[in-house]
Amino acid sequence: MSFIIRRFRPEQIRELFLVVLIFLVVVFFSIEIEGYFNARFVNRISTSVVVVAILAVGQTLVFLTRNFDLSVGSIVGFTAYFVGQQLWHHPEIPPLAAVALAIGVGMLMGAINGVLIAYGRVPSIITTIATLAIYRSFLVEYSHAVPITTNNLPDWIVNLPPLSLFFVGEVQVRVLFVIMALVVLGFQALLNYLPFGRRLYAIGSNPDAARVAGFPAQRIVFIAFLLSGGLAGLAGFIFLARFGNISVLAGIGLEFASIAAVVVGGVSNMGGSGTVYGAFLGALLIDLLENSLFRWQVISEFWRDAILGMLILLAVAIDYVVIGRLRVIWARAGLQMQAEASSEKPEGTVHVD
Amino acid sequence: MSTKSSVISALWQRLKSWEGLLILILGAVFLLNSFIAPNYLTIGNQINLFVLSIERIIVALTMTFLIINGEIDLSAPSIMGLSACVTAYLFSRGTDFGTALLISLSIGLACGLFNGFWIAIVGLNSLVVTLAMLICYRGLARVFLEDRSIGQFPEWFNFLGQKNLVGPFPFALIVFFALLVLAVVVLHYSGFGRRVFAIGDNKDVARFSGVKVPRIKLILFIASGLVSAFAGLLLAARLGAVRGDLALGFELDIITMVLLGGVSIFGGSGSLYGVFLSIMIILNIRNGLGLANFSGHVQTGVIGTLLILSVLVPNLAGEFRAVLNRRRLTGPSRGTPV
Repeated sequence: MSFIIRRFRPEQIRELFLVVLIFLVVVFFSIEIEGYFNARFVNRISTSVVVVAILAVGQTLVFLTRNFDLSVGSIVGFTAYFVGQQLWHHPEIPPLAAVALAIGVGMLMGAINGVLIAYGRVPSIITTIATLAIYRSFLVEYSHAVPITTNNLPDWIVNLPPLSLFFVGEVQVRVLFVIMALVVLGFQALLNYLPFGRRLYAIGSNPDAARVAGFPAQRIVFIAFLLSGGLAGLAGFIFLARFGNISVLAGIGLEFASIAAVVVGGVSNMGGSGTVYGAFLGALLIDLLENSLFRWQVISEFWRDAILGMLILLAVAIDYVVIGRLRVIWARAGLQMQAEASSEKPEGTVHVD
Repeated sequence: MSTKSSVISALWQRLKSWEGLLILILGAVFLLNSFIAPNYLTIGNQINLFVLSIERIIVALTMTFLIINGEIDLSAPSIMGLSACVTAYLFSRGTDFGTALLISLSIGLACGLFNGFWIAIVGLNSLVVTLAMLICYRGLARVFLEDRSIGQFPEWFNFLGQKNLVGPFPFALIVFFALLVLAVVVLHYSGFGRRVFAIGDNKDVARFSGVKVPRIKLILFIASGLVSAFAGLLLAARLGAVRGDLALGFELDIITMVLLGGVSIFGGSGSLYGVFLSIMIILNIRNGLGLANFSGHVQTGVIGTLLILSVLVPNLAGEFRAVLNRRRLTGPSRGTPV
């Protein structure tokens, strides 16, 4: 027991639980649906999870500081349209410049959120509910109700989603998936190893203590929103590549999808706890369920949202009851170990999660 | 200082801070609109601007209670959709229409009870629970109606939704004002209302003072579910037909109305007078922009800007005042560094 407690944290057990759950879902539907699990299905999931997973990474950063970003759906919609229109009128824009443009526009919008929340001290839920509407109205005004279609876009972006870097058997490792994987790995590393990442946790677990300890709390919250906006911009670019047809309604509801992923993934909405891996697993589980229920003949596809909602509630309830209990056990064991350690060497400190 | 004059000075403070600001904004909107659109000031238009959002402003009343209580109910519009869809479904299956209405209302009540159970009894966060239920109840509504649209309800139902009941006032508007009076009495002039504020201010202190926190939260969520279901039926009556996406996305509008009214998102403060003023402002801005041919999205954007400014400007003013005070305290005569 003490071995488990020393080697793992409750969050990791939770992630393991999610992995097992994802496995069970796949096994269940493999039994239920003929020819369910094959390379084509893996390819489909690996493409469809990308947008929400990237948004969930940004949402995690914001959640860690005890805030919300409800505006990401509109940022995705606006950047997808904006970049699409630039590519339509200037097809000579190189791919990397288009990606940079999307991230830049997203960051600008994230910066507006960040300034208002961190420096203007407007609560994040108020700010982002408002900017959700404001950015959407930018899009409506800017587009003059002219949708972008696949025909208007240069070939390279239309052919981007099925483009693969390499193959593992029949499973394609697609470029978009690789981008997402780099984002997930990169931001997890940032959270684990950079001072900025650790400060996000500190601010979320106790904002007052973090401020008193001299952390530049405002700047850190600002950067969290800046990054969330940038990631939403990247997601907007991928949204454009995946769907090609962008109307003024593009991206509506993605804010709730990303929050659902993060919450299922075990990132606490009270801040200070959670990982990017967890958020990714949450996004994957939800996407898997959406894609699977769609193909399951037993119930009509209209049950999808109803089941999804119950599942999110279940995830939160389990988190609250089980993980809360685990944390207590861990904390007790931690104190015990600390007591033992301090009886051996007085200066020793043990981190208690 | 006598009690009476302290009440008056408290009232004056109120007026000076939030409600006063809202009245100023409302006056400005009023003036601007009447210059832009000549038919703005007609009674018909004034009633019409209420009627077009009547369901939202009814739900905003219960939302005010919840947010002052420190909670939120994002699932309210989904409950509106669900109750309307259940009614339409049962009606299309040949159930007596009155029975169908009663069943829908009890489903709304059950939805509220379900939310309340997880939040008040188990202790989960209301934002997350009602976000999940926003998706779930909407999904259930779609399960009932799938892609269909059902209409042709009984004459009396459509009459209540679309025609004027007393003079120029339609049924829903009368219901709104009745509920508003009831809500003001309960929130501002009853022990229950005091408890709602106390819980929102500090849940633990309220609990240790003997307030039954779970029970009050449960009552509020049940009320929210029931009122939302009722508002959904009103919307069905006004539109004359029901689809799965009825009332989709209303949550942002409703929450904006409450927050612009000066209710703190962290609970414990706010008033229904402020919320009523903010409802007036929002409806008048929408109406004015609509008369000037701006789309619904742009109207929402303008209201969003107003929402941010309404919190930002007092914040900045407070900061400015704090800086001035510090200057005065740490002026050259005192010279003590902070």
